[in-house]
Parts: sequence; C-alpha cells; structure tokens
Amino acid sequence: MHELAITEGLVDAVRERLPGRRVTCVRLEIGALSGVVADSVRFCFDLVTEGTSLEGATLEIAQPPAVCRCRICGRDFEPDGPIAMCPCGSAEVTVLAGQDLKITSVQVA
Amino acid sequence: MCGTCGCSSGALITVLAPDRPVPAWLGGGHPGRAHDHGPHEHGAHDHGPHEHEQGPGGQDAGHAQIPDASGAGRTVQLQQKVLAKNDDLAQANRQWLRDRGILAINLMSSPGSGKTTLLERTTRELAGRMSISVIEGDQETALDAKRIQAAGSPVVQINTGVGCHLDADMVAQGLRGLDPPSGSIVVIENVGNLVCPALFDLGEEAKVVLASVTEGADKPLKYPHMFRQADLVLLNKTDLLPYVDFDVRQYMSDLRRAAPDAMLLQLSVTTGDGMQGWYDWLRRRVPPPHD
Repeated sequence: MHELAITEGLVDAVRERLPGRRVTCVRLEIGALSGVVADSVRFCFDLVTEGTSLEGATLEIAQPPAVCRCRICGRDFEPDGPIAMCPCGSAEVTVLAGQDLKITSVQVA
Repeated sequence: MCGTCGCSSGALITVLAPDRPVPAWLGGGHPGRAHDHGPHEHGAHDHGPHEHEQGPGGQDAGHAQIPDASGAGRTVQLQQKVLAKNDDLAQANRQWLRDRGILAINLMSSPGSGKTTLLERTTRELAGRMSISVIEGDQETALDAKRIQAAGSPVVQINTGVGCHLDADMVAQGLRGLDPPSGSIVVIENVGNLVCPALFDLGEEAKVVLASVTEGADKPLKYPHMFRQADLVLLNKTDLLPYVDFDVRQYMSDLRRAAPDAMLLQLSVTTGDGMQGWYDWLRRRVPPPHD
C-alpha cells in the first residue's frame, strides 16, 4: 500500500508550496506505467487531507498512456498492459512516457 | 511522513555493529523513533540540495497563477513530481556515497527468497577481501540484523512499522549509523515485497532483485514494475530445481519481456553454486578507496 505514503507525499508537497492556502482541487497525473493505482490514491486522499488546508478538496487524476519505443524495429507504440511488448514481437523496448507521477496544478480558494 | 521535508519519521533505526553492544531496546527500551536526519544533514530544515521549487525539467513553475475558468478560484501550476522529496533525498545519498567511494546496492525480493541468507554467506566468504555493511529493512524485529551481525558485518536495522518499503530518508539515517569506510559495499536489504519498494529510489548505485525457484516462475510477469527496475536478477535455490515445477527457460524468456536490460545470475546460496558470479559482479562495481 505505497499509495498511502505517496498520498502523504503529495499533500505535504502542496502544503509546502502553498503554506496556509486553502486548496479546493488537486490535479494529478498518474502514468499508466507509474506503478501507482489511482483508485488507491483517491481512497487515501480524504484520509490524509483531513484537518489540513486540503480538507474537502476534489482530486482530479489524469492517466496518460504509456509510450514505448522498440529498439529492434524503431516503432513507437502504446503497450496494452504493464509488460511492454512491441507488436513486432520484440521485448527490447525503452519506455518513453507513462512513468510519471506528478502534481500538475492545484486550485486555491 | 514528516510534514516539513517529507521524510518518514515513523521508522525505528538501530545500529548493530560487531564491536558495539546489543542495544537495550532488544530487551525493551526504545531509543526513540528519532527524527535525526542522515547524511544530508538538513536538521534545521533549511533544505540544501533539495530545494524543490523547480519543475522536473529544471524550469521553475514559478507559482504561475492562472484565473480559473469558473472564476471560483485560482489555479496554481505546480508540475512537481509527487516523489520529488524522496528523489532529492535519494540523490543526496547517492552523492554522499560517491564522494566517499562506497557502492550501495538496493536488494529487493519477496519475503523468504533468501536475502539475509545471501548476505550472511557473502559476508563470510568475502571477509578480508571486501568490506560489507548492511542496512536491514523489516516491518518488525531485529532478527535479520542479528544474523548479519553474527556473520561479521556491521548492520543497521530499520523497522518500518506499518511501512511496506524503505525510503531515502531512512537510508540516510542508516548510513549515518553505519558510517561505512571508503571502498566498501553497503547492501540495503529492503522490506520483503515485490510491489512498493520499486517506487522509492534510495540513492543506490544498482538495484538487485532476488528471486527463488520455490516462488514459481511467473513473478517477472506478475510484478513487472519491480523487475523492470532491476540491474541484476539473482535466481536463488537452484539446488531445489529437481523438486519443484520451475521452467528456467520460460523464466528467462519472461524476465526478458519484463526487464530487457536486467542481467540474470543463477545461484544456490545453500550449496554455494554460482556465488562466484555474484562476487565478481560486486567486485567490478566497488570503487577504489579514497585517500
């Protein structure tokens, strides 16, 4: 359940950037290959924000797809699961995008 | 987690060096879940290397305030990695280790794969040739630290309590407790878990995933996030291959799909088969001691 530590980290980061400001919405980006479950973050968010300047804030999560590049055929593709296999059959791939776990913006009151 | 710097304040950290007495808490008393930061020394919370006012690309997001379309509030762009604090602390650990010429390995596996047994044998067999110290992560008890101590390596036990992984701040504290010599190896034995530790950079030079034939061959496909991170995968308990249903060829093929860049070494810590390959891998990476 690393999502609890991750949610604590994001709440702390917002409070540190905006000390004392009341936050009404937090927007996150959780990449498809980030290893973090968006629903678990949603579950933890209300618990972690209780009693803080983020209490009651809504949480908007964007989940951008992964992009991988095949080292054999050179093609960029979106893997259809956590194991990135190129349609050409190669497993020799580099992950270009989809591993990010990021706070994109927040809305303050 | 600490509300100011994001470090974890809930871990209990205990140093068990061979030349130090067993601390009192093993018999009861706790030294306290110290908020006593490690190599990065940011006790006063004046953050040096991890001034995280910048976006991941180095450009300052500048707290740009854009009026929200609804007019109900204002949007503040942050563009900040959620784990930026941990990553910054990890980078401080990495720099601290490099400055001192110390090789740090993050050793991860499921519970029961043989991490501690691997380190016991490694410590004994490399005694006098390579200096090894260990940071042990477990939810509870100092059982593993006592085994490593008995094998002859200085060791710090970190008990994460409810935590399922080590983070960079715990490791910073552990490093300060160990004070490893230049030209030595620090193995960070993470909490036995193939999920959470994959996300937390500790400042290591390499990630090693230990697997064993008794766990079944499907782990690289079931836990791809963990295996994708690995620089080296050690497949342990190969002496049991005649007794278990484990297809090594299939395992190698699946591992290649999950982790195309990882190197695989097969070994049996019990019999010693294949251990030389692991020692050679370590030896190639240990930096020369600094003066």
